[in-house]
Amino acid sequence: MTKQEIRNFIAKRTAKFFNDGDVINLGIGMPTLCLDFLPEGVDIWIESENGVLGLAGAPENEEDGDIDIVDASGRVSTMRVGGCCFSSFDSFGLIRGGHVAATVLGAYEVDQEGNLANWMVPGKTCAGMGGAMDLVSGAKNVLIMMEHTDKYGNSKILKKCTLPLTAANEVDYIITELCVLHCTPEGLVLEELAPDVTVEDVIAKTDADLIIPEKIGSMV
Amino acid sequence: MKEKVVSIEEAVSHIHDGLTIMVPGFVNCGVPQTLIQAMLDKGVKDLNIISNNTSVKGKGIGKLVHAEAIKHITCSHIGNNVETVEKVVNGEINVTFVPQGTLCERMRAGGAGLGGVLTPTGLGTPMQEGKQVVEWDKEKGEYKFVTDADPKKGPRYVLELPLHADVAIIHAWKADKIGNVVYHRTARNFNPIMATAADLVIVEAEEIVEVGALDPDVIVTPSCLVDMIVQANPEDRN
Repeated sequence: MTKQEIRNFIAKRTAKFFNDGDVINLGIGMPTLCLDFLPEGVDIWIESENGVLGLAGAPENEEDGDIDIVDASGRVSTMRVGGCCFSSFDSFGLIRGGHVAATVLGAYEVDQEGNLANWMVPGKTCAGMGGAMDLVSGAKNVLIMMEHTDKYGNSKILKKCTLPLTAANEVDYIITELCVLHCTPEGLVLEELAPDVTVEDVIAKTDADLIIPEKIGSMV
Repeated sequence: MKEKVVSIEEAVSHIHDGLTIMVPGFVNCGVPQTLIQAMLDKGVKDLNIISNNTSVKGKGIGKLVHAEAIKHITCSHIGNNVETVEKVVNGEINVTFVPQGTLCERMRAGGAGLGGVLTPTGLGTPMQEGKQVVEWDKEKGEYKFVTDADPKKGPRYVLELPLHADVAIIHAWKADKIGNVVYHRTARNFNPIMATAADLVIVEAEEIVEVGALDPDVIVTPSCLVDMIVQANPEDRN
């Protein structure tokens, strides 16, 4: 698969986690691809941390857009009919208060205890965590979509995260181009495999310990 | 009824070197561009800024970054502005990162007379370091302070302290002449919270309207929070 095909494949599976009417927060980058793959009959409300419910994507022509409607990356966006705006304070109240069904983010590292590191690489990046820590501590479901390994082929799913954490014990599912992993109190359960991927393939590319159930589903 | 509309010169005469100033905005949306430009023109420096981020390079709060007017910044994110990142890495600006929701709550506490807030955000992360952590003791029905670092126990919360500023500069869509304010779309963001948490609150409004022209049911920031109102200049957005 090409890089784009991998991203689309992960997004398509992730979008299947959404139920009709869910309020979903999508992180910047790959998570926004989920909107292209919503299952039929599933209509979701996009919550954006900057204070809007019902964001609807970039306008066809940026010049036609309202510069007072932006998404979580600060780019001009649009709102659907029925959407509403509120303050950052209200927004994080929705997020921490459990009123957001799922938050979807990328990660540098995830570990078998459900710890997530996605905001800082000491000595390399110091952008700040933005809303990520609140999103991960507050949303009902934390879905991590990412490529299984880094660009050097090293597992991003570890026994123990090495980078500063974004949140501890908060991740619910990890969706990669190889598999879907469910973070449970007992550990990471291999719930689904991508087509033509074997249990052995996943184990070989994963640093974390995995729980292999008798029955494993398919990602498609 | 005291009308509060003043000239930009009068407003900026209250902003001095070294003050702590709350500046709203999400990336470059909802940023008080006219008041920032006036601060630049005045040449204020050594500012302690409390903001969510620093706009983008050369725009909004990024203008204050470029002019080296900022000594310290308390914020959640600087990644949208490469110049801020550069100055932080070079030690020209000190930064204290605060998770975005915690930043909101700390300002709310500062503006609402609370001694602090308990939040789960940051537990088990570097944000917990140096802070007090409490755990709910179900049997006793009380909180106790804990010192071990196990986020699995709990429910646990980080005690975060209030934030307050000398001045908050606010960007309104419409303000009436006594300071009732409404905001437009996502340009609302941090504006209403910051308007509660500073000694002096200066509002720039895209449109200044007569008292009574705003529907009381849609007013977001009540007039009693606002000290001064200036006319925003759309050209300062560029």
